[in-house]
Amino acid sequence: MELAVPSSAPAPPVPALRSPGFWRSVLDRLARDPVAIGAGLVVLLLLLMAVAGPWIAPNDPYAASMMGRLKPIGSEGYLLGSDELGRDMLSRLIVGTRLSLFMGLTPVVCAFFVGTVIGVTAGYAGGPLNTVIMRTVDVFYAFPSVLLAIALSGALGAGIFNSLLSLTIVFVPPIARVAESVTAQVRGRDFVEAARASGAGAFTIVRVHVLGNVLGPIFVYATSLIAVSMILASGLSFLGLGVRPPEPEWGLMLNTLRTAIYTQPVIAALPGAMIFVTSIAFNMLSDALRSAMDNKR
Amino acid sequence: MLATLLRRLFYALPIMAGVALVCFSLVHIAPGDPLVSILPPDASQDLQAQLRELYGLDRSLVEQFLSWVWRALQGDLGTSIASGRPVAAEVIKAVGNTLRLAAVATLIGFALGCLFGFVAGYFRDSWVDRAASVMSVLGVSVPHYWLGMVLVIVFSAQLMWLPATGAGPGGSGDWAWNWEHVQFMILPAITMSVIPMGIVARTVRALVAETLEQEFVAGLRARGLTHLGVFRHVVKNAAPTALAVMGLQLGYLLGGSILIETVFSWPGTGLLLNSAIFQRDLPLLQGTILVLALFFVVLNLIVDVVQTLLDPRIARA
Repeated sequence: MELAVPSSAPAPPVPALRSPGFWRSVLDRLARDPVAIGAGLVVLLLLLMAVAGPWIAPNDPYAASMMGRLKPIGSEGYLLGSDELGRDMLSRLIVGTRLSLFMGLTPVVCAFFVGTVIGVTAGYAGGPLNTVIMRTVDVFYAFPSVLLAIALSGALGAGIFNSLLSLTIVFVPPIARVAESVTAQVRGRDFVEAARASGAGAFTIVRVHVLGNVLGPIFVYATSLIAVSMILASGLSFLGLGVRPPEPEWGLMLNTLRTAIYTQPVIAALPGAMIFVTSIAFNMLSDALRSAMDNKR
Repeated sequence: MLATLLRRLFYALPIMAGVALVCFSLVHIAPGDPLVSILPPDASQDLQAQLRELYGLDRSLVEQFLSWVWRALQGDLGTSIASGRPVAAEVIKAVGNTLRLAAVATLIGFALGCLFGFVAGYFRDSWVDRAASVMSVLGVSVPHYWLGMVLVIVFSAQLMWLPATGAGPGGSGDWAWNWEHVQFMILPAITMSVIPMGIVARTVRALVAETLEQEFVAGLRARGLTHLGVFRHVVKNAAPTALAVMGLQLGYLLGGSILIETVFSWPGTGLLLNSAIFQRDLPLLQGTILVLALFFVVLNLIVDVVQTLLDPRIARA
């Protein structure tokens, strides 16, 4: 569902005359935005859990116990209860942050690099090369994102690498489109013309004059994909196409806990709540970044 | 006008061919032999060769692709490896169920999204606006498969008001618009409607706010039009884009219903894909995805055309 790769149309404008302190002023504006601070703190907390998870988790997230299955929330030794195999929920949620964030962030990072290279090449080259590249991108864009992700990982088979690969392929086309459109705008500007007139090669022009002006908007767009990527990555695991048991990952936990919705409904819903919070935080941070970089306001 | 329509169609054809190529490639990026799920482990070389010939796997890739496309054009999507039934028939049955669910969900999402978006855009920066913005962020951020589970927990497991899974007493076959069947649709449809609701609300809010800032609105107000009178003009300006978003959302829901259908065991394309994937039934996987993706391309085309009809400025651009 448009699960929704956000529309690539409203790419933030390329800042016209960037003062040396452009990023500085963006940071200043972010620091004055309470929503950005709140969302940023949540993201920091999640990153902290991802890095230090195994050390702050109270119990072993893999230790199953026949006797301790589906203990209610707040019971002795199980602050957030236990799952269907008697493993401590709190520990699994904390330790699961690392894999869940990894599965959600990696495709966007990879697609950012690949999509930027493809889009900037097409946008700067123009002409037939642009047509060939962008029409190919359009074909992948013609698939709803969820469908493409599931089709690819369904065909490739379950597993972490395959699901990262499928999601990267899903996110390259929208990023490439944004990159192509901002690059095409920059290409027509006077300073690019001037550089070309003074004899600079295409590679130098792109590196020195184009990238600095297009990376910002592409980056902002890519951040808006993180939430979608988190939901999709966990969704693949939820279907059994991503991470395999017994690894702690929120989507997979949600799947295995489906058997518990009648006995321990709150516990069964917990991993999904983690995905929800993560995706809200990234969406809000991305929105705040977008408006902080929009220097029209 | 006709020229515009033909041009749009002309651009869509290569996309469709590309989509077919991607769907065809799915079978060939899959690891292992596509026949592995039906071949008995002790199959003789002879039997293997026979099956390979039956499924056309002994010919070159180009030949396979062309004959696959040729047969698909005639409505033959091959035979399901797992069930032995024609893929086309299975897909059509499932598409009907998914379409029904997705259409209802899109209507709910569109109606509520427009309502929130209009109110938020009209009373910009008021508390209503902020509440609607929060709602739409929540709407686009929620993992819908989790929302489905939560609804099942609340309304089926706890309150026992609505059934948790399935599509009615008749199974996947006979649907009727009566309470016996509709009660099965309520939870999945609400779950599915949340994403279009968030996106439609965002779009409509931006459109309304943008339109209200334009000079002609100030002019209308200066001429003494009431709120309702101004509102009518704003709706007219926002409608084409809002409808376009709705059309695209229907497409996304059709293609993205797999997770929700899995949660609710709704017998549509999502459930079909799910079983195709786990039985490694590649022809079924390929056929289902081809139909859904082509549906999406055609829907895009229709949205384009309808938008051009509603808003003549687009054709000139």
